[in-house]
Amino acid sequence: MSCERTSSVLHGYFDGELDAASAADFELHLERCGECVRALAELESLRSSINAAQLYHRAPDPLRRKVLADVGSPQRLANMPSHKPWAWLAVAAAILLGSLAGWQFFLANRTGASPPVLTAELIDAHLRSLQPGHLTDVISSDQHTVKPWFAGKLDFSPPVRDFADQGFPLKGGRLDIIHGRAAAALVYGRRKHVVNVFIWPVPDKYNPVRPGSQQGYQWVEWHNAGMEFYAVSDASSNDLEQLHRLFTE
Amino acid sequence: MSHAVPKQGTNVPDEQDKLRFEMLVLPHLDAAFDLARWLLRDRADAEDAAQEAMLRSFRFFSGFHGGDARPWLLQIVRNTCYSRLEKTRRVKDTIEFDEESHALQSATPEAAAIAGDNRERLTLALESLPTRYREVIVLRELEGCSYKEIAAITSIPIGTVMSTLSRARRQLQIALTGSASARTAHEL
Repeated sequence: MSCERTSSVLHGYFDGELDAASAADFELHLERCGECVRALAELESLRSSINAAQLYHRAPDPLRRKVLADVGSPQRLANMPSHKPWAWLAVAAAILLGSLAGWQFFLANRTGASPPVLTAELIDAHLRSLQPGHLTDVISSDQHTVKPWFAGKLDFSPPVRDFADQGFPLKGGRLDIIHGRAAAALVYGRRKHVVNVFIWPVPDKYNPVRPGSQQGYQWVEWHNAGMEFYAVSDASSNDLEQLHRLFTE
Repeated sequence: MSHAVPKQGTNVPDEQDKLRFEMLVLPHLDAAFDLARWLLRDRADAEDAAQEAMLRSFRFFSGFHGGDARPWLLQIVRNTCYSRLEKTRRVKDTIEFDEESHALQSATPEAAAIAGDNRERLTLALESLPTRYREVIVLRELEGCSYKEIAAITSIPIGTVMSTLSRARRQLQIALTGSASARTAHEL
């Protein structure tokens, strides 16, 4: 009756922390262990109620002001357009990189008068894609099918590659609107998780790789060949970092 | 203002450090506060602890060499919170079921309307868990940390992160189904 994997490997599998061989091994086990299947469903349900319950406590503004004062940034305080994490990063980065060409463009796009919260928008787009029937416009694990599909629909050509051998099978592609412009969304599987990689063209600029996390969703942002890449998922940040490396190899 | 930064020997961060700190560490203030809020179960305590931890990380920042600043910061937040908990003897040496219940403090009317009972139920259940269980749930489910990061933040050996999470989730599930008597919890 009692399967010992229910209280051990199952969690590593659920969290996407097993290596490929162990994950495959556990999937075989799942086919014949009703207890693990039930336990996995319970974990999924626990996770969705945690996500739905909005348990995340954001830092209150007075704390933010105190911390800024502590680290000697009173002049930066006046520049804080809002308490959004992106605004923080952009303002801090702007101070460091303000002299670089192209920066104004970035700033205008990221933290204008009413800062669009790009990350929130991308997480929303990710969640929207998980609704039934919304994940892909073109379903294919074949990069040679997905890439031509984008041709004629976008004014740029996103790199489409399948990473099935490395544990990220390509599931298909989709058009999305990010920030008011057409973007490509490549959909990858990562064990039980879905990863959306949003791609849109941007002018060349210095832009460090930036990971982040919010309410159980992770993202990694990078820049390559005149395009902005934004991988969003509930898979672990390590997984996303791995996918980022595959894209930039 | 630098008046709040105690000048300690040569450890005073220079302008370069300040800029790097603002870029690498400040964006994680939300994570710092969230972890402190769940460890201390009190909003005002959490604000104090998060502020203290940010200040500490600022002072030690010259010792931080690259990598992801978030686990590094969260480790400092955790240590700060545990020191505070030990002072008030709220951390048990062994993992025990904590029957001390805490009222939900922070639900705004809007949030309550959206998430309603679910949020309150989960908050109470999560707050009823022993600190060492609660923290792994918060790090994994709210902060999205990997096992490696959880191990680094909590000083749990990486090999036991999975089993700790397993026990923590089990206890959370029990607390949620309303059968969370101290007896069943001790059976785990």
